[in-house]
Amino acid sequence: MAITEQDVQASEDAPSVNYLNNGYGLKSWLLTRDHKRIAVLYIISISIFFALGGLFASLVRFELMTPEGDLMSSDTYNKVFSMHGIIMVFFFLVPSIPATLGNFLVPIMVGAKDLAFPRINLLSWYVYVVAGILGTIAVVGGGVDTGWTFYTPYSSTYSNSNVILAAMAAFMAGFSSILTGLNFVVTIHTMRAPGMTWFRLPLFVWSHYATSIIMLLGTPVIAITLVLLMLERGFGFGFFDPNLGGDPVLFQHLFWFYSHPAVYIMILPSMGVMSEMVAAVARKRVFGYEFVAFSSVAIAILGFLVWGHHMFVSSQSTYAGMVFSVITFLVAVPSAIKVFNWTATLYKGSIVYDTQMFYVYGYLGLFLVGGLTGLFLSSMGLDIHLHDTYFVVAHFHYIMVGGQVMGYLGGMHFWWPKITGKMYPDIWGRVSALLVFLGFNLTFFPQFILGYMGMPRRYHVYPDEFQVLNVASSLGASILALGYVIPGAYLTWSIFKGPKAPDNPWGAKGLEWETTSPPPTFNFEETPLVTEEAYQYGPIEEH
Amino acid sequence: MADDHHGPTVRIYLAVFASLMFLTALTVWVAFQDLGMFNDVVALGIACTKATIVILFFMHVKYASRLTWLLAGAGILFLLILFAFAMADYVSRGWLGMPASHYLQ
Repeated sequence: MAITEQDVQASEDAPSVNYLNNGYGLKSWLLTRDHKRIAVLYIISISIFFALGGLFASLVRFELMTPEGDLMSSDTYNKVFSMHGIIMVFFFLVPSIPATLGNFLVPIMVGAKDLAFPRINLLSWYVYVVAGILGTIAVVGGGVDTGWTFYTPYSSTYSNSNVILAAMAAFMAGFSSILTGLNFVVTIHTMRAPGMTWFRLPLFVWSHYATSIIMLLGTPVIAITLVLLMLERGFGFGFFDPNLGGDPVLFQHLFWFYSHPAVYIMILPSMGVMSEMVAAVARKRVFGYEFVAFSSVAIAILGFLVWGHHMFVSSQSTYAGMVFSVITFLVAVPSAIKVFNWTATLYKGSIVYDTQMFYVYGYLGLFLVGGLTGLFLSSMGLDIHLHDTYFVVAHFHYIMVGGQVMGYLGGMHFWWPKITGKMYPDIWGRVSALLVFLGFNLTFFPQFILGYMGMPRRYHVYPDEFQVLNVASSLGASILALGYVIPGAYLTWSIFKGPKAPDNPWGAKGLEWETTSPPPTFNFEETPLVTEEAYQYGPIEEH
Repeated sequence: MADDHHGPTVRIYLAVFASLMFLTALTVWVAFQDLGMFNDVVALGIACTKATIVILFFMHVKYASRLTWLLAGAGILFLLILFAFAMADYVSRGWLGMPASHYLQ
């Protein structure tokens, strides 16, 4: 979509006071109740943790370039992959889209001036920051070596690392996401603009509603589970240690009751991003809007009934395993509805190959591979062979990095002009999207083969015949890292030197595109009146 | 909002506090009685009663809108899902009828 002179003129005629220039002091940011400023605070914070988690990932890939453990000891390696997992899951992936794009966009998309509880929104950021500081202290103070799963009785009895501190950090990060989820649910229920009925809501809002439900219902369970773990480790209470009358598998039940739905906390918001971007790049209403909306809710609910598929090789009963296996297959249905419907939306759409389109295609491909390999792992017999191998590592990275991070980066590019009021160079956007896609596949596809050949995860010494694939994976990780660093550079450049963004640079539909770029403090000059369905793009022009 | 106008009175708060104290004392007393297979059932029953009182009165759910009831109910439903599926594992572990060592031979 070309930017016309009229667009730029309209943007220059916009009110001069917006959320970014409405106060410059540190206090005006640290005590802000504006959801948009809080979103920016979150963007900065999670970027720091993404870089830190990425640093640990780099160390893992460096170590795995040779079959010997020549870079670090086994103990250090255990800590490095544990800190990579804990930081990426609890401090990047879970809050990434809801706390940044969700925080910024949900109130604007429903036509509200702010979230329902602005102070609680700010509190959630402070809780997140304190949790992050605790996590950093755990890292600097010697690290933690339990893996991000904190499995007992190793974590509760035998580990000599900073388990309590790291668990406390994850516990607090959970509270931060509960507060965000609460704010979204109340805002979506009570603060929609006149005319904004449930079935006129953008699908981004639907997916955040489903995500919020999971945050509210699931996160308290992981919180109390980590408290039980801390009580057992600190005071010898017998919950999980068989010597004290506990059951280690109980920990796995409680942990995965949250942590499997947490995967959907990560992926559902990125599905919402995709729905918005697919409609905008195809210039069509999302095919089967209602089905896509309800598939988010279906994923949220079914996601709570499948946790036992992480426990097929524990002492979990075979019969319970069968039930979990069957329900896991069912999750593929709403996930497939989304992918089919996005593809159907693209069909005969007016497609432009800009940065967003690259991310849409990348996401579709990576999520498809990640989702379908999930079906391998939900088959009980096959899972016995693949459990705790690199096949599992590849599978969940295809979902959580291939899917979620592609959604996060795509969304950042899509709404960057709205957030900052500046345009970025599209050519660099396309180059970096391509690098991410190629680098990602080169990193993780070899891991499917490694896992199928039997290479277990969490070991840094491996047989010589696995080296070629491991070197390929490390090479891919370098390309992937470049794909992440380049957007960091040109997006930062655009803030200072980028051309001014018009209000609606992509010609997209939605209330966020009807306000100025960047929006005023209370989002709209007047409360908007919604009179049409979402994604009412006009007839597609013949080229 | 419905709960702006109707909420628990101080008298109700005191009654709730008294009943919670009574149930706590009952829990301690029951802990010293041997009720056989009902030991856990009675202890959990008292705990659930206390939790219900707290949710209804201290957390104002009794006076809240139907939407709040729906969300509170959803929380309880998902807690029951956690219990049901976890217990389904524990209950059915012995059904296969052969020890784990069978697979190791």
